[in-house]
Amino acid sequence: MSKMIANALGRLVPTEVEGLGEFAPFTGAFDRLRGDYSYARAATRRTVPACQRDKVTKSIREAIERSGLKDGMTISFHHHMRNGDGVLPLVMREIQAMGIKDLTLAPSSLTDAHDCVADMIEAGVVTGICSSGMRGRIGQAVSEGKLARPALIYSHGGRARAIEEGRIHIDVAFLGAPTCDKYGNFTGSTGPSACGSLGYAMMDAKYASHVVAVTDNLVDYPLMPRISIPEQQVDQVLLVDSIGDPRKIASGTVRYTRDPVQLRQAWLAFELIKASGYLAPGLSYQAGAGGASLAVTGFLKDYMLEKGIKGSFGVGGISGHTVDMLEHGLFDAVLDVQSFDAAVTGSLHNNPRHIEIDASGYANPFAGSCAVNHLDVVVLAALDVDVDFNVNVMTGLDGVLRGASGGHSDTAAGAKLSVVLCPCQRTRVPAIRDHVQTVVTPGETVDAIVTERGICINPRNEELLRAAQAAKLPVLDIHKLKNDIEAMTGKPEPVPFDESKVVAVVEYRDGTLIDSIYKVK
Amino acid sequence: MGLFRSQLYVPCKGPGMLQNCAYMNADAVILDLEDSIAQGEKDAARILCKYALQNVDFQGVGRIVRVNGQDTEFYADDLEMIIPCCPDAIRLPKVEDADGAREVDERITAIEKKAGIPVGTVKVHAMLETAKGVLNAREVANAAPGRVTAISLGGQDLAADMGIMRTLEGTELLFGRSFVVLAARDARIMAFDTPFTDLDNTQGLRDETKFVIQLGFSGKAAIHPSQCKVINDAFAPDLKTLKKAITVVHAAREAAARGIGVISVNGKMVDKPVVEQAEAVVARANADNMPEVEDL
Repeated sequence: MSKMIANALGRLVPTEVEGLGEFAPFTGAFDRLRGDYSYARAATRRTVPACQRDKVTKSIREAIERSGLKDGMTISFHHHMRNGDGVLPLVMREIQAMGIKDLTLAPSSLTDAHDCVADMIEAGVVTGICSSGMRGRIGQAVSEGKLARPALIYSHGGRARAIEEGRIHIDVAFLGAPTCDKYGNFTGSTGPSACGSLGYAMMDAKYASHVVAVTDNLVDYPLMPRISIPEQQVDQVLLVDSIGDPRKIASGTVRYTRDPVQLRQAWLAFELIKASGYLAPGLSYQAGAGGASLAVTGFLKDYMLEKGIKGSFGVGGISGHTVDMLEHGLFDAVLDVQSFDAAVTGSLHNNPRHIEIDASGYANPFAGSCAVNHLDVVVLAALDVDVDFNVNVMTGLDGVLRGASGGHSDTAAGAKLSVVLCPCQRTRVPAIRDHVQTVVTPGETVDAIVTERGICINPRNEELLRAAQAAKLPVLDIHKLKNDIEAMTGKPEPVPFDESKVVAVVEYRDGTLIDSIYKVK
Repeated sequence: MGLFRSQLYVPCKGPGMLQNCAYMNADAVILDLEDSIAQGEKDAARILCKYALQNVDFQGVGRIVRVNGQDTEFYADDLEMIIPCCPDAIRLPKVEDADGAREVDERITAIEKKAGIPVGTVKVHAMLETAKGVLNAREVANAAPGRVTAISLGGQDLAADMGIMRTLEGTELLFGRSFVVLAARDARIMAFDTPFTDLDNTQGLRDETKFVIQLGFSGKAAIHPSQCKVINDAFAPDLKTLKKAITVVHAAREAAARGIGVISVNGKMVDKPVVEQAEAVVARANADNMPEVEDL
């Protein structure tokens, strides 16, 4: 194992990760964003396809063979079809059957639909993983140290950056294409497996050496009216019976939560946003997909309607509730990198103000600019937080990988006001710690942590503290809150890790390492 | 005595909800040992309730315990265990006459004495849930002065007792509500209204709450935390009323400080009942963090 050094948060991180090269430690959320950081984009090789070739094949094996995939390469998928994705299992099983090994899997994220990867880790088919999310059997396998090389956790913006920088090079991208023509123009906004925006996949299409569009809905050329990923970026079209389970791809609009604790958090967060002064004409806004975050959106919508406040745009992972605000004229536009539910897909297809953006335009910190940097307010969730306002969304109470970095750190850094919702405890284990188990989002980018008991405001943001106090909101000192909770729950024993074995590293959006995740005992 | 505008039922089923009673926007919580608890779980619920009263910081939120009715085998044990924990009040189901009210008063008095608690510490909110109970509202309200500080209408049970269906408009409960609130006011105690059961109908809850406030009720039960704010907001005075009330209260305080008995506001004579009403309006507004006088 490479040398471990302490980063700016005091977390030990390796200076080099096998298969991924050297890494600098995290030195501060904005250290590389001062205007003096530069990088050389790594050169990559791409094979020019033969002219006049029929791009469509019905054989998965033929598509893999034509792609030139070999042992040791890096392949990618997108997770826009969420828990309904059938593309990754379909392709990975064929790859395994063909005896290809030692692959690095670099999808935008891994969901519950991708549990089969755990078997491929055991079989040595997959020996490296770069992903935003890791959960279920994959998270368990990685946490148990079964992956040959440490996994890399990146944020959505961080992945876009890493691909553009050439830190991660994708040899073959297999991209689910809900509606595709025979030359490879495709979109996610229509078709039986419609999933909405293909914002993350756009990165793979632009930068991979070889791109295979995998579809179950082949239509006449040219695809109309919307093309998300154009034919010039696509080497092959693979036609299969089904690319996923539509019921799991496009769930109905998630209902607002009835959970009293979540509603209380959401209400306080809404009141804080109101007190902050950002809830004003021109508001730009993003909220996570969790129950409490969505409830904040609900309160916001009702208030904006009542007071006649018109915002400017919504960003993100777009839920039906954000679309609802667009349709009520509360936003001029929504910028959609990833759609969360069925309502969104129809809107993306039909509403010109519903704009599909790629992951780089969404959150790449090294881009010319990106949407998250223009956010006034973002509302996020947390698994647990610490008294320094650091947030963990990656590892569970048992230390096992069971979360996703997503756009958490990107939006927290970009937005003027970042609000993190967190219950005081989960199943009698306190969620406010001295030191959060895994830092995904550094405290310097978090303005407030909202719990059901009250609001903790980052002392860095004195203005917000004054505004919250003036609004008579229940502002709590985070140390006192932690002590009050521990008085009820007791202080949990630290998770026993094998600290000699790093099983994953958490990359901050700027490419530095913010934390290490160790093997569970 | 604090406000009782919103009174949230919390089943004594697990510590999860109980530890969060202070954070649900309710003026008071009704820790329930009765209908929400299965027969086989009554002992566990009672013990859990005791520990909650002893250990949870309710931060000023009123603590009411709904015990099992006098005709049940659990009633005596409920009071024996709960009264020594000094909740603000016991909510007693299905009270039908003055005898019932006197019986609970005597029983609580005995327990208070035994536990060394000042007699009269734990109040009783008597629930009138049958035709008989409603018709006897006056005698129940007057049966144990200082002990029975509120009567409440139990709409569901009353409808069942009468063999009628409840409607959104609530016409069928109009006489019962009016009678209960008159009886309460006559006895100078509070009257509480029955919960609104359609959780999805916020507007319906708002309308019904405003209506029962108009009738004279001091509070309304809630069956979900999301109802509490709606109820509290319905009780909150509008800004015009609040401004006027604040002016009256200020004038009254100023006059009292200067030893003047009669005051006038904007050239009009203001007497004691008006001042009392104005004080009540300001108290309700303060509970809601409404704007300070200077802000208006």
